[in-house]
Amino acid sequence: MSQAILKLENIEAGYERQRVLHNVNLDVFANDFIGVIGPNGGGKTTLLKVMLGLLSPFSGKVTFLDPKTVIGYLPQVNSIDKQFPINVLDVILSGLGKRRKWWHPLPTSILKKAYALMELSGLSGMHNKAIGELSGGQMQRVFLCRAIINDPQLLILDEPNTFVDKNFEEDLYQILSELNERMAIVLVSHDIGTISSFVKTIACVNGNLHYHPANKITNEMLKSYNCPVEIISHGTIPHRVLKNHNNHD
Amino acid sequence: MTDFIDLFHYSFFQNALMAALLTSLIAGIVGAYIVARRSVFISGGITHASFGGIGLAYYLGWPPFLGAAAFAILSALGIEWGTQRMKIREDSSIAILWSLGMAIGIIAVFMTPGYTPNLMGFLFGDILTVNPADLIILAIWSLILLAGVIVFYRPVLYTAFDSEFAQVSGLPVKFIRYMTAITVAISIVLAIKVMGIILVLSLFTIPQATANLFYKDLRDIMWLSVLVAVGGSILGLVTAYFLDIPSGASIIFTLTLIYAITKCIKTILLFKS
Ligand SMILES: Nc1ncnc2c1ncn2[C@@H]1O[C@H](COP(=O)(O)OP(=O)(O)OP(=O)(O)O)[C@@H](O)[C@H]1O
Ligand SMILES: [Mg+2]
Repeated sequence: MSQAILKLENIEAGYERQRVLHNVNLDVFANDFIGVIGPNGGGKTTLLKVMLGLLSPFSGKVTFLDPKTVIGYLPQVNSIDKQFPINVLDVILSGLGKRRKWWHPLPTSILKKAYALMELSGLSGMHNKAIGELSGGQMQRVFLCRAIINDPQLLILDEPNTFVDKNFEEDLYQILSELNERMAIVLVSHDIGTISSFVKTIACVNGNLHYHPANKITNEMLKSYNCPVEIISHGTIPHRVLKNHNNHD
Repeated sequence: MTDFIDLFHYSFFQNALMAALLTSLIAGIVGAYIVARRSVFISGGITHASFGGIGLAYYLGWPPFLGAAAFAILSALGIEWGTQRMKIREDSSIAILWSLGMAIGIIAVFMTPGYTPNLMGFLFGDILTVNPADLIILAIWSLILLAGVIVFYRPVLYTAFDSEFAQVSGLPVKFIRYMTAITVAISIVLAIKVMGIILVLSLFTIPQATANLFYKDLRDIMWLSVLVAVGGSILGLVTAYFLDIPSGASIIFTLTLIYAITKCIKTILLFKS
């Protein structure tokens, strides 16, 4: 087997007052598609922040095979100021990071790419809209474009399906499956029933991390992992219905 | 009318006009950034903390604007550092530095023997005493600022919008935050000469509110704020001269009037369509 592009070893992490992650180990390989599940407050976002280098762990090691690994990131909707005066195109271009020389005018190839991504995610004609004028779902699409415009080797998504309608959710998973041929994907979602048909493997995060090297999951398994989430499912997306439930989150 | 034209021949008025122009340019650009980042309160803290520097400079016999700049920069960095590293609530660290700066200033002025000449000028602005050296400093800073905006617009915008994402995408976020904090501090201190500590923030916020009525993109808000600030401050300055009222206050009235009229026109147009 090839080497992991990202290795987490014995991670202990959290915030001043609170240790959230205990002894977490995870290897991410180049063509992985890992679905991260777990209860609210279980530490999923914290885990992603450790991977992204936004939070230094108390102890343990985060190692990238290639220190220059390009990472794409779609944050959980929360901290962004929706009144901020920035338009859709600029948000998407911000995904390019430091790759460009800032004072050079934008090359048309990059603009074309941004417009292609907008078309792909159903945002055609919205490049000039202020971010505050978008619906929640449209905003998520913009953030998806921003996350992938730099052709990352590792794509990290924190609940990308929040606010997104079922139609686009189908497109979203289709897009992700295609992207997965070129990049590793780590995706947090509460919609386990749906993601289990798209992801290749599953990680349950509830303080510690249980890695399940297949995408078939059952409620019994989750119980043995001490991962108190229930498998829910709805909509027209192909899925494995194990239990119906409709008041998650 | 001849009065009006004569006015522009006086060198003190030409200086005042130039100062108003350059200060408006600086305040228009920097203010748009401040408002976008929702850091108007931070800027208030920096402004008032700088009074400590002015007082101390008087006491020690140094150039007051050097003291103001030092205090402004230190408090800008202090707020940034206190909230980032020490996890102090931002509004608390602002309030502490705000009042501490004023207190230091008052004590220093109180202890300085004799009469402290330009105290009112520092509090409320004194545009008619602007001298060529002030103008040169304003002009140099305007050029630096313009160059900075042209070169670093995008990384600064991205960091202000979503600093976690900016950090992941490889931008030197900490460096950018400290540099922009220093830029804001210097810009405010330079504007104090024209507007005074108490009134200066108006030039950094009212034109931006007007521009925000029309635009939702930082770039557009920046240039329109500059235009509104320039127009408002020149109009305010001329009014101040003819009515013989303090220029800073007159400029604020003009800016507010422009905002109110624009807002009304916009509301009426919206209502009609
Ligand atoms: N910035 C922070 N400062 C202090 N504590 C935090 C911070 N962010 C999260 N926590 C705490 O860490 C724990 C894990 O939070 P985290 O955001 O990782 O959960 P999560 O699994 O992503 O939950 P959700 O499903 O709600 O998104 C929670 O108990 C939370 O209170
Ligand atoms: Mg989370």
